[in-house]
Amino acid sequence: MSADSVAAPKITFTPGADNRVRRRLLWSNLVRQACRIAVYSAIVVLLVLLSVVFWLSIGWLDAQFLQSGTSRLAERAGIKAGLWGSFWLILLTAVISLPIGVGAAVYLEEYASDNRLTRTIKTNLANLAGVPSIVYGMLGLAAFVKMFGLFGGLRSGLQLNLGLLVVPLPFGKTVISGALTMSLLILPIVIIAAQESLRAVPRSIRIASLALGATRWQTVWRQVLPAALPGIATGAILAISRAIGETAPLLMAGAVSMARIYPGGIESPMDLLDPSKVGAAPFSAYTTMPTAIYEYIKIPEEEFAHVAAAGIVVLMIVLTVFNAAAVVIRMRAAKKVKW
Amino acid sequence: MSTESQRHVPPSVKGVDRDQDMSEHSLAIEARNVDFYYGNLQVLFDISLLVPERSVTALIGPSGCGKSTFLRTLNRMNDLIDDTRVSGKILIEQQDINSDDVDVVLLRKHVGMVFQKSTPFPKSIFDNVAYGPRIAGEKNKTYLADLVESCLKQAALWDEVKGRLTDSAMALSGGQQQRLCIARTLATTPRIILMDEPASALDPASTSRIEDLIGELCSQYTIVIVTHNMQQASRVSHRTAFFFEGRLIEFGPTTQIFTNPAEKKTEDYITGRFG
Repeated sequence: MSADSVAAPKITFTPGADNRVRRRLLWSNLVRQACRIAVYSAIVVLLVLLSVVFWLSIGWLDAQFLQSGTSRLAERAGIKAGLWGSFWLILLTAVISLPIGVGAAVYLEEYASDNRLTRTIKTNLANLAGVPSIVYGMLGLAAFVKMFGLFGGLRSGLQLNLGLLVVPLPFGKTVISGALTMSLLILPIVIIAAQESLRAVPRSIRIASLALGATRWQTVWRQVLPAALPGIATGAILAISRAIGETAPLLMAGAVSMARIYPGGIESPMDLLDPSKVGAAPFSAYTTMPTAIYEYIKIPEEEFAHVAAAGIVVLMIVLTVFNAAAVVIRMRAAKKVKW
Repeated sequence: MSTESQRHVPPSVKGVDRDQDMSEHSLAIEARNVDFYYGNLQVLFDISLLVPERSVTALIGPSGCGKSTFLRTLNRMNDLIDDTRVSGKILIEQQDINSDDVDVVLLRKHVGMVFQKSTPFPKSIFDNVAYGPRIAGEKNKTYLADLVESCLKQAALWDEVKGRLTDSAMALSGGQQQRLCIARTLATTPRIILMDEPASALDPASTSRIEDLIGELCSQYTIVIVTHNMQQASRVSHRTAFFFEGRLIEFGPTTQIFTNPAEKKTEDYITGRFG
């Protein structure tokens, strides 16, 4: 050791009296606790809401409730018409919006060149997702229910006979009008979610596929879509879940509120075997679960608070089943891709 | 002073005879006065180059010299980049690949490509190799199984994966993935294989396996390889092309380029004075 070497200062691993260190640690802990409170407060509010609803529904959510249509008499009121209406509405919404939504996303991400038009479309998709749903309801009313009056009024319109299908023009207050309106509403969400998933697939996979002599479509179908499918499915299910719960646009675009109406006259799964009933369903009047619940809540008599609660419980069970299905679909799709 | 006698050229890999007479071989690739532009930026200037069939041609040069861009013009992978333009003529087996009636899908089936970063598909090993023939419409299962086996054998990967063809290709090591990508390219039965720095991301042992593989494949396929590694270029190639700033500075037999280059720039580059 040389004489001029200075001993290194002593180091310590405990904060001790160092105020700066203490303040940093304190702040870190505060943020951690604040975040924890944020989580728990959300959960507590949700739990309170859920328990109140469940509490109110006790004794009212029974076989009679599940087997009755909408009614102004509390003891005859039920959710069945809403269930079937929602079933048809969501089925048609999914059939219409998923192919269009995924197709649009595939075009924007895989085919379209990067020019001002596609950039404008991409930016404005996010804006469309933020448009209030009531606006879509008004659009649906004008474009689908009334078809801008091109075919005359609702009662004096045309009937298009296509074998099993009898299509009224304009569509009027039917399931198909509602489904088209809902499709417009959720399309931006479906497209954006699908775009995100497609973008997450590495570009090198596309290049490698094309270099092996695959066409664009083969590359999309065999490489890109399978890898993106779990993400696309999640986005689609979230969008559909939103559609199940939407009320406002349907009040505008024609869900009938107080009625025992079953689209196509289908009241049980067995009726689904009758093609003429199935063919008539899209062009029938309908009500949905949220509209039925909304109508029940509006009625001042006390019993209807319980009826509405029972309806909410059914709606939530349907949503939960839907989301569980989404998880299963997602896991299966993810298993096929061998990352 | 570097003189011919002092300059050391490493021995070539088995299967590559650098002194082989190629005059009997017909031309696989003929590039004539090729210019290439990204937008307004010209990156290739007047490239003319002849590649005989069943030979290995190495493209060397410093980063950004245009060698990879030139490689990609040979199977038109540059088409995937927006706003690019190529002029001049590129003939593959006497056919102009940029003519209007050429279908890039067919071109790429016959002119395969292996990339710097191995890009296995997130599928099983078998499905990776069978991908090319399947997209070309092949459905016969026994034929596919035989083809996959022979391609994996050619790519010297069969013994390592034969018991687990249904496992994910992503579970293979880097060197194995790269050989899988070569097997996958072979499965489309190409005439020409383009390799873009196929070993630059691999360890020395895997690199030497890839080089041996090139030596074995060149008796059947025409190979054009871009490499940063000059020893590699001298080991695996019959001919070497030196690119600099978008121009083809010198092109000739590998032995001559590495022992007695005609151009000062080539000599400076291969002796490590720049690049």
